[in-house]
Amino acid sequence: MNSSVKLSCRGVWKIFGSGAEDFLQKHNNKPSSHDLKNAHLVGGVRDANIDIHSGEIFVIMGLSGSGKSTLVRCLSRLIEPTGGEILFDGQDLLKASDKEMIEIRRHKMGMVFQHFALLPHLTVLGNVAFPLEVQGISKEKREQQAQSIIELVGLKGKESFYPRELSGGQQQRVGIARSLAVEPEIWFLDEPFSALDPLIRREMQDEFIRLQNVLKKTIVFITHDFEEAIRLADRIAIMKDGKIIQIGTPEELVINPATSYVAEFTQHIPRAKVLTAGLLKAAFDSSVETAGTLPHDAIIADVADQVEKSDKPFAITGPEGTPIGLLTREMVLDVLVGREVVL
Amino acid sequence: MIASVRNMIPAMGPIKGAKIFWILALLTSVFFYIEGKGLFPKWMFKIPRKSQLPIKKYFSSFMEWLVEDANFGFFTFKEMTRSFSWLLDVPLSFSTSLLSTGFLEGQGSQAVQILPPLSWIAVIAVVIAMGHYARDWKLAAFIGGCFLYLAVFGQWDSAMVTLASIVIAVPFGVIGGLFLAIAAYRSPTFEKCISPVLDLMQTIPVFAYLVPILFLFGFGPVAAMIATIIYAMPPMTRIAIMSLKGVPGELSDFGNMAGCTKRQLMWKVLVPSATSGLMVGVNQVIMLSLNMVIIASMIGAGGLGYDVLSSLRRLDIGGGLEAGVGIVVLAIALDRLSQAFATRPDPIHSDIPQTLIRRHPWTVTVTIIAIVTLVLGLVIPPIQSYPGVMELGVGTSLAEFVKWININYFDTLEGYKTFVLVYFMVPVKLVLLKMPWAWTILLLSVAAWQLGGVRLLALTLSLCLFILATGMWEKAMITVYLCGVSVIIACVFGIPIGIVAAENQRFGRIAQVMIDTLQTLPSFVYLIPVVMLFRVGDFSALVAVVLYAIAPAVRYATHGIQQIPPALIEAGVTSGCTKRQLLFKIKLPLALPEILLGLNQTIMLALSMLVITALVGTRDLGQEVYIALTKADTGRGLVAGLSIAFIAIIADRMIAAGSKKAKQRLGLG
Ligand SMILES: Nc1ncnc2c1ncn2[C@@H]1O[C@H](COP(=O)(O)OP(=O)(O)O)[C@@H](O)[C@H]1O
Ligand SMILES: [Mg+2]
Repeated sequence: MNSSVKLSCRGVWKIFGSGAEDFLQKHNNKPSSHDLKNAHLVGGVRDANIDIHSGEIFVIMGLSGSGKSTLVRCLSRLIEPTGGEILFDGQDLLKASDKEMIEIRRHKMGMVFQHFALLPHLTVLGNVAFPLEVQGISKEKREQQAQSIIELVGLKGKESFYPRELSGGQQQRVGIARSLAVEPEIWFLDEPFSALDPLIRREMQDEFIRLQNVLKKTIVFITHDFEEAIRLADRIAIMKDGKIIQIGTPEELVINPATSYVAEFTQHIPRAKVLTAGLLKAAFDSSVETAGTLPHDAIIADVADQVEKSDKPFAITGPEGTPIGLLTREMVLDVLVGREVVL
Repeated sequence: MIASVRNMIPAMGPIKGAKIFWILALLTSVFFYIEGKGLFPKWMFKIPRKSQLPIKKYFSSFMEWLVEDANFGFFTFKEMTRSFSWLLDVPLSFSTSLLSTGFLEGQGSQAVQILPPLSWIAVIAVVIAMGHYARDWKLAAFIGGCFLYLAVFGQWDSAMVTLASIVIAVPFGVIGGLFLAIAAYRSPTFEKCISPVLDLMQTIPVFAYLVPILFLFGFGPVAAMIATIIYAMPPMTRIAIMSLKGVPGELSDFGNMAGCTKRQLMWKVLVPSATSGLMVGVNQVIMLSLNMVIIASMIGAGGLGYDVLSSLRRLDIGGGLEAGVGIVVLAIALDRLSQAFATRPDPIHSDIPQTLIRRHPWTVTVTIIAIVTLVLGLVIPPIQSYPGVMELGVGTSLAEFVKWININYFDTLEGYKTFVLVYFMVPVKLVLLKMPWAWTILLLSVAAWQLGGVRLLALTLSLCLFILATGMWEKAMITVYLCGVSVIIACVFGIPIGIVAAENQRFGRIAQVMIDTLQTLPSFVYLIPVVMLFRVGDFSALVAVVLYAIAPAVRYATHGIQQIPPALIEAGVTSGCTKRQLLFKIKLPLALPEILLGLNQTIMLALSMLVITALVGTRDLGQEVYIALTKADTGRGLVAGLSIAFIAIIADRMIAAGSKKAKQRLGLG
């Protein structure tokens, strides 16, 4: 697994206020909330440790002010962390020179912003081509490249529009297209849909899933909306007051919330939308007649109709395709109506 | 000023001891006033010359050292000023040639014109084009009309000389200000360094700039240009710093993520995103440059300002008024035009393929007009320059009109003047002059301490001591008196006008237009009608200062009332307030912090205008600066200029502290 880690951060701290570095050293890299308060400093990010794997959607979830933006800006070094290390493909970003950082950002990173951050004096085409322009790519080439990405995000025909002539959803499509223009290896999205109306938000999430199915990027996605996190994430990190409280798949968080704080988010989430067949299954018994097979990572809500219609149980197949368990109609119904399930 | 501070104190809150102190202080002051100066030794009113600090001398000898001996290794100071002059002289002579004199070959009277200047038709075409480009045909017609006025009424040549200076001063001011702002944006340390300098430069009166510049650069258009640029740069710097800081953090984050270098980030992301703010700065630079170019006629800028100045000196009423109206017309045209540029609607996409002519219709048209009129002008002179026989001189009829007013209304005008002088101005003056300096400084210090604590106390005390030690105390008190009475009158008229303007929409619109116009006029212009109606003296100065300084009193009062949250007013209405109660119990108290800010601005404007009224014969610090200017005495000019700046700073800090206290008391953040 380690070989596929794209980005990882070890013991990263970001403390706001003067004398932050001395303070951190004085407290042996482990200051408590109490220490911070006494020194009148703000702990934006406190001792963050995460590994982000190639091709996964890693969601950072937390309420407003919990330090998500600060953390994601530390990862791209827009904010200089106070302590710790950040490894990108094994290279410590905090040791990179300004020049190296510019090169890395030009070719390997892309970012989408909550309020779009479009340049008001450029057209859609100009905005999307901007990251290529600063690299010094010729006008013809960069516009051609930008054109194809504009089509990919469904904005064909709007190339010559200025940002303020577009709706919020369209503006964020421009922001997305622009961040993809350099074909980044890692893609940061800081609450990209939070400023949009709920209906548009949903549509953009679908669009995002569609894009990721095509592009297969390594993604760090920030949100304050737990449902959005559940919908999109492969894994979720929950943040509170600058600390990462728990990291896990949506299922793990729902089944095993580490603290009551996490549980508060998860308790309103319908289990059926999170639990997988592989987790719920009963022991496999080859003597039982089955109605068919289902993969172990199928979400209950997605297969509920199918299972519920048949009076025979389904066989659950493992990663290698061999049957590993059974899923019955009763089990699915228990989940759907919200009865306590024993796992 | 002391009087106004005194009035403010009781409003500041329930400080019992303080109230008693101020009542006692008032009684003591009355006692001093009645007993007269005999009560104290003479040095309590005027520091004898031999005990004054020779700061003037230090300044003067420092400047002399700079000019004579200063050497920075690679070059001397003189060489530096010379190269500055040269740097400005080249573009300035180009623009003067283009707009006014034509391009000349040879020197002095033997010069031969090898190319005439732009014809008046071409210039008008250019401004019409700019008007249309910036907004619409209506503005284009208005600007064109203004310039046509200048041609028809015989102000063209002078106006073009003035315009030539502005055309060069503005880019220097804008670019210089922008670069300072960029440096400040990048380095907080640099910002900390320049911020007090900017403060000081905005409070030092304009004349005081002129003295050292005159000394360093001599008399002439280039010196005037340097003064203009220095004067117009600080506001641009300030506005540019604010606009750059106002760019959302996400945009600079984006720029960094796109892999911009520092320079790309500045010029491709931050500056374009801050354009609308920066354009406000450009408008400011244009208007301040115009103001200063007119004033700088005293150190050799020609043009409309020179016409006014020489008319005033000759007491040529008609000529002064003509040139004055010319300045007004030019000022309004430039203001409307640059404001239109600042608020130009953002571009809208267009799908039509663009040719050169389609993309730049105006550039092409104007170029053609310029060339055609140039060629035709060689054959038909009226096309090159507006024919003199068709000029309308209004000078004589204006002079007749003023004469008529003076004959028919002399008694009335004189009556007003005497009344205000005898019952208001003279008493205030006497109060201030009869207080020994120690007492005045004591009262000021106590007020400073109550309003802003130890720091404000220390600042006030040291600035007062500077004024005292340099022997400027008496003149400073006259300045305070003139400023004080002007500000009181400006507030007595301005604040009620502002309040009515906020309550009544139609009146508000009219007031708005009048205030806007008053604010665009260069300060010099105010002197003309005032001198004509009231001749020289303190009263003339008072009227000019009130006219110049009334705008912020009106504007802040209006804004103060309008920004009160509607919910608070609704609460008042539902609890059954009458209109009167609503105004006095809810609106005015809530608008107080804003009104105080307006008072602050009014004082600043009054002080800056006061210096210019030295031309109409006041006897205050302004006169001191003016005399220094005529004698090119840098030390004297700087000390007097700094004294005025210090009065401004004391007033500013005290009122700011008062406004902050009032805000806190009202819980307005
Ligand atoms: N430049 C800064 N200086 C001081 N405190 C900051 C700064 N930026 C963020 N903070 C603080 O750090 C905390 C985390 O902020 P942020 O990362 O923006 O939260 P989120 O994105 O989760 O809403 C907040 O308490 C915020 O006030
Ligand atoms: Mg955030």
